[in-house]
Amino acid sequence: MVRERMGGRSLARLAMLGVACALMAGGAAAAPPQWEWYFQEPVTTIARTIIDLHDYIFWICVVIFVGVFGTMFYALFKHRKSVGHQAAQFHENTLVEVVWTVIPFLILLFMAYPATKTVLAAHDTTAPDMTIKVTGYQWKWNYDYLDDGFSFYSNLSTPLAQIEGREPKGDNYLLEVDNPLVVPVGAKVRVLVTANDVIHAWWVPAFGVKQDAIPGFVRDTWFRADKAGVYRGQCAELCGKEHGFMPIVVEVKSKEDYAAWRDEQKKKSAAAAENPDKVWELADLVSHGQQVFNANCAACHQATGTGNQAIGAPALVGDKVVLGPKDHQIDVVLNGQNNGKMPPWKGVLSDVDIASAITYTRNSWGNKAQENVVQPSEVKTARK
Amino acid sequence: MSSVPHDQVAGHGVTEPHGHDEHAHHPTGIMRWITTTNHKDIGTLYLWFSMTMFFVGGIMALTIRAELFHPGLQIVDPEFFNGLTTLHGLVMIFGALMPGAVGFANWMIPMQIGAPDMAFARMNNWSFWLLPFAAVLLVSSMFMPGGPPGTGWTIYPPLSVENGMGMDLTIFAIHIMGASSIMGSINIITTILNLRAPGMTLMKMPLFCWAWLITAYLLIAVMPVLAGAVTMLLTDRHFGTSFFNAAGGGDPVLFQHIFWFFGHPEVYIIVLPAFGIISEIIPTFSRKPLFGYASMVYALSAIAILSFIVWAHHMFTTGLPSASILFYMYATMLIAVPTGVKVFNWLATMWKGSISLEAPMLFALGFLFLFTLGGFTGLVLAIQPIDVQFQDTYYVVAHFHYVMVAGTLFAFFGGTYYWLPKWTGHMYDEKLADWHFWGSFIFFNVAFFPMHFLGLAGMPRRIPDYAQQFTDWNMVSTVGAFGFGLSQLIFLYVVIKTIRGGEKAPAKPWDGGMTLEWTLPSPAPYHTFEHPPTVK
Repeated sequence: MVRERMGGRSLARLAMLGVACALMAGGAAAAPPQWEWYFQEPVTTIARTIIDLHDYIFWICVVIFVGVFGTMFYALFKHRKSVGHQAAQFHENTLVEVVWTVIPFLILLFMAYPATKTVLAAHDTTAPDMTIKVTGYQWKWNYDYLDDGFSFYSNLSTPLAQIEGREPKGDNYLLEVDNPLVVPVGAKVRVLVTANDVIHAWWVPAFGVKQDAIPGFVRDTWFRADKAGVYRGQCAELCGKEHGFMPIVVEVKSKEDYAAWRDEQKKKSAAAAENPDKVWELADLVSHGQQVFNANCAACHQATGTGNQAIGAPALVGDKVVLGPKDHQIDVVLNGQNNGKMPPWKGVLSDVDIASAITYTRNSWGNKAQENVVQPSEVKTARK
Repeated sequence: MSSVPHDQVAGHGVTEPHGHDEHAHHPTGIMRWITTTNHKDIGTLYLWFSMTMFFVGGIMALTIRAELFHPGLQIVDPEFFNGLTTLHGLVMIFGALMPGAVGFANWMIPMQIGAPDMAFARMNNWSFWLLPFAAVLLVSSMFMPGGPPGTGWTIYPPLSVENGMGMDLTIFAIHIMGASSIMGSINIITTILNLRAPGMTLMKMPLFCWAWLITAYLLIAVMPVLAGAVTMLLTDRHFGTSFFNAAGGGDPVLFQHIFWFFGHPEVYIIVLPAFGIISEIIPTFSRKPLFGYASMVYALSAIAILSFIVWAHHMFTTGLPSASILFYMYATMLIAVPTGVKVFNWLATMWKGSISLEAPMLFALGFLFLFTLGGFTGLVLAIQPIDVQFQDTYYVVAHFHYVMVAGTLFAFFGGTYYWLPKWTGHMYDEKLADWHFWGSFIFFNVAFFPMHFLGLAGMPRRIPDYAQQFTDWNMVSTVGAFGFGLSQLIFLYVVIKTIRGGEKAPAKPWDGGMTLEWTLPSPAPYHTFEHPPTVK
């Protein structure tokens, strides 16, 4: 569980480990790690600076704490009634009072100086090598590569069976996604953060980056990862019922691997944009629709289509909208209803996604709608 | 001088029984409590209300901890979990801690300043009796259609705008509790400023009264701000306004600014009365006057004033510009100075005293030790770059439970044991009270210390399920939480036992007691100081 890192931090770790050991019965190193009690291994300068700053202030606090409570315990033992100590009656001393006002103030100056330097460095988002727009949704992330013109959603990929305890939990339980954010090593990445519905927060501990995602406003932050690898974080602002289930995974790749990945993404997005008028087969729509449904709709309507009465999400099994005329269902999915309880999806999902998801609901869980196929072109028309 | 030694007090605190006995003028049974205008009765009502809500909020906390014992969803579903985090916070803050402090104020302020009762006795009745209705609204929001208010106690929009009608009930509950607090504060300020016994100048007043005077001003300043914020939320929800909706020209972050303009002073509203109680207990059990009385008063005032200009440290990750981050960071760090002064003064009071360790003093020392620890983590959180890592993690949860539970709640326990002999006329069971202290102290740390580790390792707060590397400390924490919860049953038992009987308490059960209440018999008669004492 203790990872190697250099510098004066080892002492702080040792001290904190002492406290940790006093509290715990024991823990063996295994995957996933156990008894984690310290910062995740940092891979950016800012994250390292934060840890150094923390340890520096931690140590100042420890020294003061020991001094103050050493004094208290001395008084508790020596100035006890039970050992016959007679109470003195002094109750003020101007000099002492001035001293213990001024000295803490001076100590604070020593803390403020390095803190100020770090604040300014962390806010310097100028001259990035690339810019990615991150949008928080209930409950997933969208990553938009502004320089390269492609974007994708990133959903939790941990199966429900693991969450409900019907399957053993994987090593990256709740910290795994279908499409991670991919960035090149060593590049200064400027991140524009916003949200579509409620406030989320985009947080990657190893980068020392946490930025609230605020609907209607764009904030920016940045990181420069100096080591390839996979880094995991989570949404850090309560955003509704699936708040605990929208992790962030960033894959830092070598420059070459990144370039290859990027070119492939560009090709894929070009192919998808190419032909919205293509006529799809029912089976293809249903199989793509199942993916779309499970990633976007199942949080409320459930993967079994049985809905969730507690939050007013109707069952889709035998639902009259799903079994009725398809134009109405297209309208509901595109524009939402019930004051946004059913959110509008027109800004989130593509024509193909919406057509597939609707087709899936019309042909699943025993549903057999009369109009059972919705083509992307119909959604495209309905958007206008 | 910290307080007035009783030998300087001339005259009697109690009116001699002449013809009408103390029970002649008020109804008995349930009507006594519903119609009472007596500060002692109302104090008792507040304290029992606080105790009830403490157990209600505690059951919510234990449900949360039970769910978090192990990864996976076992006991509650995520919506209900979010409702629990919301209501645990609101119930503990508005139901347990604030009314608890008002209960102490009702009982002790008139007796400490030599007043016959609170200034506005009937308003006092009303400010209490609003609370049970607010509490019913608040707790029933858990079971409304559309699910419980799942936003956390901070009720940030747009999430709180999305919520079902449980949120409306929460908003109304906050309104009512706010009205109750404002009335209570007006009463306390008026009582302190107008009803002090002759000779008791402000700077001779016991520090508990000072702490409450300043708290009451804070309450009057910020409760209307909170009421405004939740009203804007209500109109955003139902009447088409867009205060917090960017699509209509509003700003979700505006709510956070308004909320925390209330919310940070609120932290001191909760902790200053605790400072007051501690400042009474430590001199008594050190048998030595409070060190640095004047600087204690100045420190309280400085903390109160600074509390108005630090609110945005709760919003360090919203994307504030660097200049305002630096301002709020420096201002927040500054609070360490007056807080440090208070801790040093308490220590200097104990220094060369004649210390004994009865339960009130044990809790005061527990307060001092753990509150200071919570103060240090507060300082760490004030440093914005570090806060970026800790914001919305379990480190923050650890921090504020160290100041709210080991701080305020421990002070309330200490205060209860300190004044129980005066309230009931009986001594409490010291052995059981010591068990209560050690159970609380040890299990508190088992429950909350590991949360620092969880925060450091990167566990977000307000999640019903977590990744596997957080399992071990969560298990430890859950064990601690249940131990802490069970320890509180000892407290309930001791209090009931003391009310029902026990060794007779003398007028001054603590030989170090220096304030006016110890000149009164135990239990304190129904009416006290009908003729004010003279303080030399």
